[in-house]
Amino acid sequence: MASRQFATFEVDGQLFGVEVHTVQEVLSYNEYTPVPLAPPAVGGLFNLRGQVIAAVDLRVQLGLARQALQGPVMNVILRGDGEPVSLLVDKIGEVVDLDDETFEPPPDTLSGPTRELVVGTFKLDGRLMLALDVNQAVDTYRATN
Amino acid sequence: MEDLGEIVGEFLMESHENLDQIDRDLVSLEQEPGSRDLISRIFRAIHTIKGTSGFLAFSRLEKLAHAGESLLSRLRDGVQPVTPETITVLLLCIDGVRSILSSIEENGSEAEVDIESMIVRIKAQMDAPTDAAAPAAEAAPAEAAPAEGGPAAEAPVSVEHEAPAARPAPEPVTDQRQPLGQMLVDAGAAQASDVASALQQQIEGDERKLGTILLEEGKAAPTAVSEALQSQAPKRSIADSAIRVDVDLLDTLMNMVGELVLARNQLVRGVMEIGDSGLVRSAQRLGMITSELQEGIMKTRMQPIEHIWSKLPRVVRDLSNSLGKQVALVMEGKETELDRSLLEAVKDPLTHLVRNAVDHGIEEPERRIAAGKDPEGTLTLRAYHEGGHVAVEVADNGAGLNVERIAQKAVENGLLRPEQIPNMDKRDIMAMVFQPGFSTAAKVTNVSGRGVGMDVVKTNIENIGGAVSVDSTPGEGTVWRLTIPLTLAIIQALTVDCADQRYVVPQVAVLELVFIDGNTTKVEYASGAPVYRLRGKLLPLVRLDRALGLEVGGDQGVYIMVLQADGRRFGLVVDRVLNTEEVVVKALNTRFKDIGLYAGATILGDGKVGLILDVSSLARRSHLAVDSERETVSDKRGQQGGGTERLLVTAVGERRVAIPLDTVTRLEEFPRDRIEHAGSREVVQYRGQILPLVRLSHLLGAYGEELEGDTVSVVVYSEGGKSVALVVDRIVDIAENSTTARRDAEEDGLVGTAVIQQRVTELLDVRRAILAADPNFYSDSMDDMLVEA
Repeated sequence: MASRQFATFEVDGQLFGVEVHTVQEVLSYNEYTPVPLAPPAVGGLFNLRGQVIAAVDLRVQLGLARQALQGPVMNVILRGDGEPVSLLVDKIGEVVDLDDETFEPPPDTLSGPTRELVVGTFKLDGRLMLALDVNQAVDTYRATN
Repeated sequence: MEDLGEIVGEFLMESHENLDQIDRDLVSLEQEPGSRDLISRIFRAIHTIKGTSGFLAFSRLEKLAHAGESLLSRLRDGVQPVTPETITVLLLCIDGVRSILSSIEENGSEAEVDIESMIVRIKAQMDAPTDAAAPAAEAAPAEAAPAEGGPAAEAPVSVEHEAPAARPAPEPVTDQRQPLGQMLVDAGAAQASDVASALQQQIEGDERKLGTILLEEGKAAPTAVSEALQSQAPKRSIADSAIRVDVDLLDTLMNMVGELVLARNQLVRGVMEIGDSGLVRSAQRLGMITSELQEGIMKTRMQPIEHIWSKLPRVVRDLSNSLGKQVALVMEGKETELDRSLLEAVKDPLTHLVRNAVDHGIEEPERRIAAGKDPEGTLTLRAYHEGGHVAVEVADNGAGLNVERIAQKAVENGLLRPEQIPNMDKRDIMAMVFQPGFSTAAKVTNVSGRGVGMDVVKTNIENIGGAVSVDSTPGEGTVWRLTIPLTLAIIQALTVDCADQRYVVPQVAVLELVFIDGNTTKVEYASGAPVYRLRGKLLPLVRLDRALGLEVGGDQGVYIMVLQADGRRFGLVVDRVLNTEEVVVKALNTRFKDIGLYAGATILGDGKVGLILDVSSLARRSHLAVDSERETVSDKRGQQGGGTERLLVTAVGERRVAIPLDTVTRLEEFPRDRIEHAGSREVVQYRGQILPLVRLSHLLGAYGEELEGDTVSVVVYSEGGKSVALVVDRIVDIAENSTTARRDAEEDGLVGTAVIQQRVTELLDVRRAILAADPNFYSDSMDDMLVEA
């Protein structure tokens, strides 16, 4: 039975997950440098041990209002293609082992921006986890394209 | 045979270096004739050349070097004083050695170089009746000394035989390669027998060093051994603690490290995917090592600027002597390091500046005395780090640049028009010397004007991302300043605040800062476009907050950073200027490249990320409108833009409006009562045509009072058999305008504003004005233009 590990996090009460190997680290950070004229989904830049990391506001990507970015915000830092990129999320969840058989494609009733970011649904005990398409999730030009 | 080739090659390389050193030392020796250190050093260097050339059977070279050495030994022993003449002869000898070396380098033989006459001169110098103490043995050939060349053939021979006899085995050379044991024994620090037994041990296979053996067996004191080792170590430690590496090899290494970095990145990604923690640690370690390696390789390419300065004392000496000037050369900061390739690029421009300073900058002794200065001029070379740049200055305390003369020259050469001069900044006029057409040959002397010109200096320096400027004070001197990038990875930057955020502006682009208090300094608006009068010139302003799409703040209590990029000057309005700091440029995430306003990011002192503004891009943005407008205007006029243009300046109400003179056919005065109405338009009969009129005051919305008077002034424009007339209040003047201090206007009917005759003048969009007078003006002849518009 094939199973995969997912790092989970919450945005607006919904549980999302990305495969663990795509995650570099998870950390809370509270000082972001805004980038004027950047796409709205860009929350800002921050300094990760001397490296400049762009934080993508997952709320905006999901069609919600921006993160306030006042006080600490949780970052899920993904190993992007060549350069790490961070997803701003509300809350960090656990790392879960999920069997492939708990996977289903996204429900047909799911629509809007979320639908484009989600590759499928995992049925957990008592709640559903949406598996994110990592590349789509960090693509800040997605909305404008 | 191959081995010999290699040895010769090494000898040549080493000798060239030694010769450069000798050159420098000789010039210094002239300054401080009493320095025995210098004499010894020169002596040793030339002795080495002599010794090796003897070994390699370059007998003529050996002879010449020997002659020089003989003269030097007299100086060293104080038999003969150091005089400028002696130095000249020795320099000549060094030149001779140099040309023999190049001959060897080129065709493997030394035959072609004439050394005899040089040796005669050296000999003459030695026999010069400077000192009664000259040995009798050398007195005899003194008669033959005057450089007639008669006994030339035998002179070298006699020198060769005489000198060694007179001055046996020079010590400073022999002690260089003295064995350690010998030195210890001589110093009384070890017994000869102990040394002998230690040597015996080595022969029998003991791999320890001699000093170690002696120490471990307690036969010598540690301090004595280390002292001996110290003195055994060659005198010129830089030369001997370093090895020569082919630059090509370094370049190859550099490229390979670049590749390694890429491969490392790929590997790290792969390892991360596998997720094995042991592998990840190894990959991280590999990453660190790679970074360090990269840094190390970069460092190998750094060289002190002394490398290119070393030839300059000689240049200055020779040139000043030939011009009858007295010049002291001062060098400050010769240890300042630069990338090797940059050094190469700076070498010729620097030499030119130095020659120029001696030739044109520093005056003749008489003139200096007359001006109340020290007859000896000072030429100062100064190199220092200035943030991400190395500044190299060539400063003389001479007469300074003659600004009027430069201006006059620039006018003669057609680079400037006389009307422009009064409005120009002194520095801008001085900068004319960097113009290609600006010939220095027409200046006072005949020495320079060879080789590269000032325009080439500028081009060369700009090619490597540097800048060159000149500043001068009449009577006090001139400073030529080269700014050379040290590396592109670290820059000196100004941090500024705008809309509560911090931004970073590269300091190279910053010319000056102006604080706007709203009273004595203020932002003005030309048809809505913000401008600032910077010493009477109009500086277009870009509000950073507006450029970044942020909330726009007020005009008071702000700072204007006067920036220059891509040859454009503009002011960037920011809330506060904080400080300068050196920042490490981090590449910005690719997703922000499209914005175009940021050159990169950096980590600021407080650990936050700061965005580095791309000044060129800001400059382009701020001038975009005027550029495109200008193109259409010049298209329509069917002429190439750029340079200066002649403008008809008119008064319209309170405003000054300029019309390109080449769009003007005639200037007319019409009696007011001849103006008739055709529909809603005003027309006038003119040369059998109906001439439509447009009042610029209406077009530009300058609704002032209509001027009283019987006539109106009009500007007639004709094209393709059609004409229109533009009504103005008054014709003011005809003026020249360079296209520099322009600003796009946000108002209809204008292409921009400029400072003309020290007043803000708006430039008319002639096409639009004409269309306002006659909407069908272009319909026949210029259909295509309308489609485009």
